[in-house]
Parts: sequence; structure tokens; C-alpha cells
Amino acid sequence: MRFRGRGKGATSPEAAPPPAEPAGPPPALAIDALGRKCPIPIIMLAERIREVPVGQIIAVLADDAAARTDVPAWCRMKSQEFVWEETLPQGGWGFHIRRMY
Amino acid sequence: MAEPSIPGAYFDAASTEPPHPAARSALLETMDAAWADPARLYGTARGTRVVLDRARERVAAVLGVRADELSFTTSGTQAVHLAVLGGLRARRRVGRHLVVSAVEHSSVLHAAELHERDGGEVTAVGVDRTGRVDPEEFAAALRPDTALACLQSANHEVGTIQPVAEAAESCRAAGVPLFVDAAQSLGRADVPGGWSFLAGSAHKWGGPAGVGVLAVRKGTRWRSPLPDDERERRRVPGFENVPGIVAAAAALEAYRADMAADAPRLTALVDRIRAEVPRRVPDVEVAGDPVRRLPHLVTFSCLYVEGEALLTELDRLGFAVSSGSSCTADTLRPSHVLEAMGVITHGNVRVSLPRGARTADVDRFLAELPGAVARLRGTAMSTLETGNTLETGRRSRP
Repeated sequence: MRFRGRGKGATSPEAAPPPAEPAGPPPALAIDALGRKCPIPIIMLAERIREVPVGQIIAVLADDAAARTDVPAWCRMKSQEFVWEETLPQGGWGFHIRRMY
Repeated sequence: MAEPSIPGAYFDAASTEPPHPAARSALLETMDAAWADPARLYGTARGTRVVLDRARERVAAVLGVRADELSFTTSGTQAVHLAVLGGLRARRRVGRHLVVSAVEHSSVLHAAELHERDGGEVTAVGVDRTGRVDPEEFAAALRPDTALACLQSANHEVGTIQPVAEAAESCRAAGVPLFVDAAQSLGRADVPGGWSFLAGSAHKWGGPAGVGVLAVRKGTRWRSPLPDDERERRRVPGFENVPGIVAAAAALEAYRADMAADAPRLTALVDRIRAEVPRRVPDVEVAGDPVRRLPHLVTFSCLYVEGEALLTELDRLGFAVSSGSSCTADTLRPSHVLEAMGVITHGNVRVSLPRGARTADVDRFLAELPGAVARLRGTAMSTLETGNTLETGRRSRP
């Protein structure tokens, strides 16, 4: 069981399974939002997704646990494709998004 | 926030309802007349006992329970803790498995965590995008060693009504007691039967803080997780808060009567907010079930805005609202409810209308919100460009 009353989010060791095999193509652009609180990672994603060609992948690196909910939810709202989430060895996550339009 | 809110619109009834006038007079009268120990045998004590029992009958009548099923606790949280831990304790020989929905109030989830730390097992049943539990999934979580299942009547953050009747039916079939946390519903909406334990909180219906209710259905096994105490039929320790309880009873009767007329009006106002906010503010997601919901509560998230900054700005404009965004909580995690639903957790605003909320205030809220969000979005973008963090930008605000 895990909810906001306990746990320390990104730095929590239980959130760090062994690194997964890449579940998608390499990103054309990676944005570093590590250490930034939501909504900043989402703002950076929204501002910079146009820098990758349509059909290509943009990755957002973030360690605010809220991003794990907010990045997929943003993709759903904005009709972009959320491809996969990787766990970073230094803590935090990489979120891979395909630009759809 | 150093400055208190200017007199304005109070839209945080889900946190606490403003005191009902009926509660105040009952409280003052009972403080003077019924302060003796209701457990004693002399005249003034027996008088206090009569007053307490009468209040119990009044609350029981509104809630549709028997008076001897009802105990008064010192808070809604205590009622929840006693229901969960006492329900589990009574069925320890059956097993130590507990089922909860993922969107229960933190008091339920904290009790579940305690159970887990004590060696028990917990299954959290997920919800759909509207925050609603799938009754079949809930039923499938029940096992032969399940000691207790917990499902809220309606969600406290997004207002979605849970399928309590269906859950009660599957619990009955499996022989598992069901605990319903009805804190957000009591006094506002009827709660389906079929539960074994029911909890609520008086300050949510305009009664005073410091009074909760715990109902244990006749024939349900329950064992106190606390040291022995003879008060409240050995269910709740400590000297009864008789004035608070009488005020809670008076408030519940009055509130319930008021809501018969006011709930449809509040529901219409919430429909209006649900429709108008996305029309007037770009990049907004309204959360929760649009139809199967509490009459008074709506939650929405504004993209690219920090929840706390939005609350502060709305407070400055004279609106008291709440948020499930992480920066407004005392932890780093966002709302477990929004997380479980998979909806945007930042820029979150919960509007919950109290009894008598004015249409003019809702109109003013709808008029002011777009500007407030636009201002904060402008700030967020410019701090990002200059490299300052949003946190620094917020602290420097007047």
C-alpha cells in the first residue's frame, strides 16, 4: 500500500526496480526537469514538444512523484502518445512521449 | 497565509460546514443544563443521561439506525479508526486480510497501514477515471480470510458516489462485514443499507467539531482496539461530550431538513461550474463523475499552474477553496485520489458549496477564475524563462 501519507516519492528505494529494457525508440530530445516540482516538468514538456518532429519521441526526466500521474494525464488531455516510463538509476523517472501532431 | 481571508465566499464545505444556527443554541443550552456525569446515579446525572439518550435517538432516526447501534466518538477520524481496527480485531480468527478502495479517506488508509505494519494484509481496489470503484473488482478482492472491507459512500475530493449497495451485496454473499465511511454524505444524501459499520463526522453537517458517529449493525462482531472503558457501551473511551453531541443532533435534523430544499439547488450550481470552467479557462480538466456525485462538490485541475499559488490567488480574491495538489499537502506526494484516477494532480481546485451558498458568489467565482489562472500561467512561464524556480517566484509574491 502506498499513498501520500507516507513515502518520500522519487527518492524512495521501493520505487527503484532493476532498469528495464527500453520499451521504445530512443528520444530525439531529452528535457532535464530533475529537481523541479510539478507543474514545471509539464510546462517544459508543453513548451518543447514542438522541437521534435511529428512521430518522434521526446523524453522528460523528472523526480517529482506527481509527474508519474501528470505526464500520462497531460498526454491523454493533449492527444499525445505516452510511450513508456523508465526508472532512472540516479532516482526519478524518464517519461517518453511521441509527438502526434 | 498571514492575512485572514477577506469576508467572501466560503467554498470548502467538504473540509467543514459552517456551524448551523441550530447547533449554537443547543450547545449553549446543554452546557448549562447537562454537564453532570451521565454515568452516575444522582438526579443531575440522570438528567444528563436522558439528554444524551435523547440526542442519540434523534441522530439514529435521521441516519436510519437503531439508537443502541449508535455511539458518539470524539471525531470522525476516531470513528473510522474504531470501525476499521475494531472490525478487524473481532475477526482475527477468520483472517487478517483487509480490502479498501484506493480512494478512501486518509484516516481509513492510515488505519490500513497500521494493520499492515502489525502483520496484516491489505488489498487496495483501484478506481476508474471518474474515481469510481468497479463493484465486480471489489467483489473479486474478497477472500475466505478477508476480515473486513471498506468503501466510502462518496469520495471526499472529487464527489463521485461509490457503488455501496453492490459492494454490500457481495460482502453479504461472502460473509464479510462492510465498513462505509459516510463522512461526506451524512445529512446530505441517504446512504444505502447493507453495511456493518458506518462512520461520520458532525462538523461536516454543521455540528461542532469533536463529535463523530460510529454505528455498528446489530449482530456484527466488534472488539475495541483500545484499553477497556465503560463509556458509550464500551465502544468509545472517555467522558461523553454531551453539549457537543446535543448540538450535533440539532444540527443534523436542521441540516437534513434544509438539504431537502437546498441540495437540488447546489447540484444545479455545481453543474454550472462543471460546464462553465472548461468553457472559460483553457486547458482545464474537470474530475469526477458528472452525474453519480455529491450535490455540492466539484474538482478541477488547471494545467501549468501550481495548486498552492492558485489557492492563494483565489483567497486574495475572496474565495475559500481547497486543493489536492501535492504542494498544498504537508507531504511531497500529490493527492492519492487524483493519482489513483490518473488525472492531472497539479493546479487542482476543489469547490464544495455549503448550505445556502449564493448564486452571486458562484457567478463571481466563474468571472474571476479565468483571470487568476491566466496571471499565474504568465508568472510560471516567465520564471521558467528567467531560470528562477516557481517556488522562489511564489515566495517573493506580496
